[in-house]
Amino acid sequence: MEVVVNTSVNKPLPIAVVPFKTSDPNVPVDVATVIRNDLERSGRFAPMPVQDMISRPADLSEIHFDDWRRLSMPHMVVGKVDAGGGDSVEFRLVDVYTTRQLTGYRLDSAPARLRFTAHQIADIIYEQLLGQKGAFATRIAYVTVRKLADGRKQYRLEIADADGYNPQVLLESPQPILSPAWSPDGGRIAYVSFEGHNSAVYVQDIATGRREAVAAGEGLNSAPAWSPDGTRLAMTRSAEGNPEIYVLSLADRRFQRVTNDPSIDTEPAWSPDGSRLAFSSDRGGQPQVYETDLANLQVRRITFNAGGYNVRPRYSPDGSLMAMVHRDDSGDHIAVLNLKTGQYNIVTDTRFDESPSFAPNGSMIIYSTTGAGGTELAAVSVDGRVRQRLASPPGAEVREPAWGPFRK
Amino acid sequence: MLKRAISLMLMFLALHVLSACSSESTKEGNAAVVDKTGLSDEEKNAKAHAVPASGELQGGALEGAANPLSRTVVYFDYDSSEVHAEDRPVIEAHAAKLAANHNLIVTLEGHCDERGSREYNLALGERRAQAVKKQMMLLGVAADQIRTVSYGEERPADPGHDEAAYSKNRRVEIVYAK
Repeated sequence: MEVVVNTSVNKPLPIAVVPFKTSDPNVPVDVATVIRNDLERSGRFAPMPVQDMISRPADLSEIHFDDWRRLSMPHMVVGKVDAGGGDSVEFRLVDVYTTRQLTGYRLDSAPARLRFTAHQIADIIYEQLLGQKGAFATRIAYVTVRKLADGRKQYRLEIADADGYNPQVLLESPQPILSPAWSPDGGRIAYVSFEGHNSAVYVQDIATGRREAVAAGEGLNSAPAWSPDGTRLAMTRSAEGNPEIYVLSLADRRFQRVTNDPSIDTEPAWSPDGSRLAFSSDRGGQPQVYETDLANLQVRRITFNAGGYNVRPRYSPDGSLMAMVHRDDSGDHIAVLNLKTGQYNIVTDTRFDESPSFAPNGSMIIYSTTGAGGTELAAVSVDGRVRQRLASPPGAEVREPAWGPFRK
Repeated sequence: MLKRAISLMLMFLALHVLSACSSESTKEGNAAVVDKTGLSDEEKNAKAHAVPASGELQGGALEGAANPLSRTVVYFDYDSSEVHAEDRPVIEAHAAKLAANHNLIVTLEGHCDERGSREYNLALGERRAQAVKKQMMLLGVAADQIRTVSYGEERPADPGHDEAAYSKNRRVEIVYAK
């Protein structure tokens, strides 16, 4: 996948990321281009095109600051990739007007890790200039669906870098796969698979591929959500007859039922402090978002759009916002509710927008939408101003995105 | 009788052509949403025929047709898991058959239209299957003869994106174990 369309904020920050110098012609990754693409994709930066650069300095001493001032370029990045094919990378972020280095590092890398190193550099630049941690060196999980020549479908659970590169297949199945969820340490993924001709919740270790069904059997086993401490999974089951939310303790495999209502209760999401679960329920007549306090199981209603439909809540990493799927006469869109002020914004206007998932820095929401070729991924800033579309691989639909945690 | 059979066939053909047109006019990726995977070729074929037949020939066409057992699909309103009054005879007929044959086992497959979130639709499909299960149990079917499964919006009967398609996709299919 790659990013194909980008709408940015009104005044993105100009920055010149000069091609990194290397004496090795076999460096597998153009580090500066990866950084430039990351910064541009965020919608917060306007990287200078390489062809507009009048020189290509690689070190502080090589910069002719007057030239870059005339180009109205407030910041620039220069760097070098070491001759071992990328065993180390050094870079400097420079304030053109003061001629001072704002930050600079020499990072150990390896040819196979060079893209990751470039994303880390983009994260450092983003944080230095915007005061918010970057989320470029992260990964996303998603499901692809392909129609095979014999008419059957092929579902794949994949993970990839946040820019869509380095896709890896975790599971392939002729039956639907849904709802991937990252463990807080990024090492495991929980998901729903219909491979046994019924929904079952699996937990899979990413590095080893080992997996285990943690909830299976009669009826619904779905919507897994990791507790912030990684010891429990909230999920929906109908083993007792009605879709209810349970919390599974992974250590002793015990289920605790946390909802008790004859209506639909599903799509649990943990508050960042682990004390509450938001969920979708039609207990009030129409599907709306509710929240239960895990200490006393007191339920309170969160969304109140009369005649509306609000489901699939997700808390922002700092707990101040909640993203959800909102449906009205114009279709299904992603909405963001400010939990402090009550302000409610619909931030997308594409078709069948669903499955919102926050970036770990809270800046963007990745979601699934429907384009000409079927479902595909898109991302939007929490204020709705920055929008991206991720191009699907040829012949594949992509859906069910989940943005992974910061990598250590 | 012959006249009726012909008009049924014509109706079937007309609807078939219509649905073929509509799936052509929709996007390539979505034309393929009917999922037959994971089933044996036999099941696949049986299913491929059963779905349009039960979907298209219901309603007026079956009025007076003596045997409600010939219908294996019941339909639901938008965002609802309430069984339609006119579908009761279908459920009653299958319940009577099951109650009289304790060795028969049936799977109630709940489905939804594509609107709304996938996970919510899994729960809604489960509720629809459970609603049919409850009716069957009230009519004397043993709980261990009924299995429920929800595919939510993952296996639409009609890949279209309009109410005509949606109304066929909000359904419970009654599938007998072989």
